[in-house]
Amino acid sequence: MKRIYLDHAATTPTDPRVVQAMIPYFSDIYGNPSSLHSFGQEARTAVETARNQIASFIMARPEEIVFTSGGAESDNAALKGIAYARREKGNHIITSAIEHHAILETCKFLEKQGFQITYIKVDPNGLVDPYDVKKAITERTILVSIMHANNEIGTIQPISEIGKIAKEAGIYFHTDAVQIFGHAPINVDELHVDLLSASAHKLYGPKGVGVLYIRKGTKFTPFLHGGDQERGRRASTHNVPGIVGFGAAVELAKEGMVQEAEKMTSLRNKLIKGILDSIEDTRLNGDPIKRLPSNANISVAYVEGESMLLYLDMEGIACSTGSACTSSSLEPSHVLTAIGLSHELAHGSLRFSLGKFTSEDEIDYVLDTLPGIIEKLRTMSPLYRKETR
Amino acid sequence: MEPYSEKVIDHIRNPRNMGSIENPDGVGKVGNTACGDIMELYIKVKDGVIIDAKFKTFGCGAAIATSSMVTELIKNKSIEEALKISNRAVAEALDGLPPIKMHCSVLAEDALKAAIEDYQKKASKNG
Ligand code: FES
Repeated sequence: MKRIYLDHAATTPTDPRVVQAMIPYFSDIYGNPSSLHSFGQEARTAVETARNQIASFIMARPEEIVFTSGGAESDNAALKGIAYARREKGNHIITSAIEHHAILETCKFLEKQGFQITYIKVDPNGLVDPYDVKKAITERTILVSIMHANNEIGTIQPISEIGKIAKEAGIYFHTDAVQIFGHAPINVDELHVDLLSASAHKLYGPKGVGVLYIRKGTKFTPFLHGGDQERGRRASTHNVPGIVGFGAAVELAKEGMVQEAEKMTSLRNKLIKGILDSIEDTRLNGDPIKRLPSNANISVAYVEGESMLLYLDMEGIACSTGSACTSSSLEPSHVLTAIGLSHELAHGSLRFSLGKFTSEDEIDYVLDTLPGIIEKLRTMSPLYRKETR
Repeated sequence: MEPYSEKVIDHIRNPRNMGSIENPDGVGKVGNTACGDIMELYIKVKDGVIIDAKFKTFGCGAAIATSSMVTELIKNKSIEEALKISNRAVAEALDGLPPIKMHCSVLAEDALKAAIEDYQKKASKNG
């Protein structure tokens, strides 16, 4: 059976060219970049090359790039790092209701430490109104953290406007750019961000490596202690192959992302239109225009997400769902609830996320397969009959 | 999450006794308080024996599989025997469920109890 991967928001395959770039750094060039001898210096050169590649990609300076273990660590380090460094100044942090759990759970942790968090609500398309951020600012506010693009519904936030507001108020601004990094141009000055999180495995790089951009001059308390790597901002021996892979992935993104985005947008639009046209009582979640080229998030009334996911998987199609049944908390997606979906519609959501290797044939296969699955599950559903009676 | 057993997958793929019964002798309609899912169980009873059972479920894979399995387990059983079937027994008959999915089997047991209760209420009214 052919298998179709439409879960690129979860992770992407590592590009073979990235793998090739990484291979020498396992067994041939294995030195520790912190060592002074030639073995170490070779490895250090590789790390610094990757740092330059990533810095130039977002118009930052190399010394503003800190390598981490991934998006969750970058988010944790950003929030806790600023909270600890600025606690003398204030204890208030502004974020949104639809952030990734790496932000929301960190905020909950900080609340227990005495910080106050404002969770900005979003509109039905998942957009944060910059004016709401402005209104939430108090003299105790030390940080604003709003994600660049949402991982579930793909909505892209007006980051530059929000950044401007934070900047004018003299407050640090962090953005979780994990989903968009490597898929659209980013300029940290234009966005007015002081901190930015990204992860390599979302852009055809390896898993286990991320970056936190920290603008020069930002007061920051490190998260990991015990070594002076990354200018004392993050202890731990460098993940050299991973870092090299991240650099290579960024180089590929520089070349290809604009074209890839165009191709994905048209395939994604075909997918969305195809589903909405062929299956009744379906709706698109997230902003129709301000959204990631890769993301199609659809709610299907009267059916539950996990069962759809399992049936699709049986046909070789991999996607994800915001259903309560697949979350360990048994709560439906906080993002779908925040945009106003009923429990039932959040329950019946599917997220298809396309990648640069996704083909039109694959989209056609999904469009051929999905209606039959929905029909079967609807026949099984006690809700379907009731609503149509 | 841990994977589902082969038996669970089989019941998801080919649910047994899916649908509803016209003029059932008992109906159990229950909701899962944990995740908000819904199950309906219909039974036909003759001489104290369940001769037919059908289900409709809005829920996860485990909910579908346990619904399907419970209809299999109660068919041709007496009401007394059927009442003894616990959610654990349903899960066991499916070669187990991932721990976080055990609550789904409760839905099946609740629906069964509710269907039998409904049957008994109707029976006592008629009798
Ligand atoms: S019925 Fe919702 S998790 Fe199983």
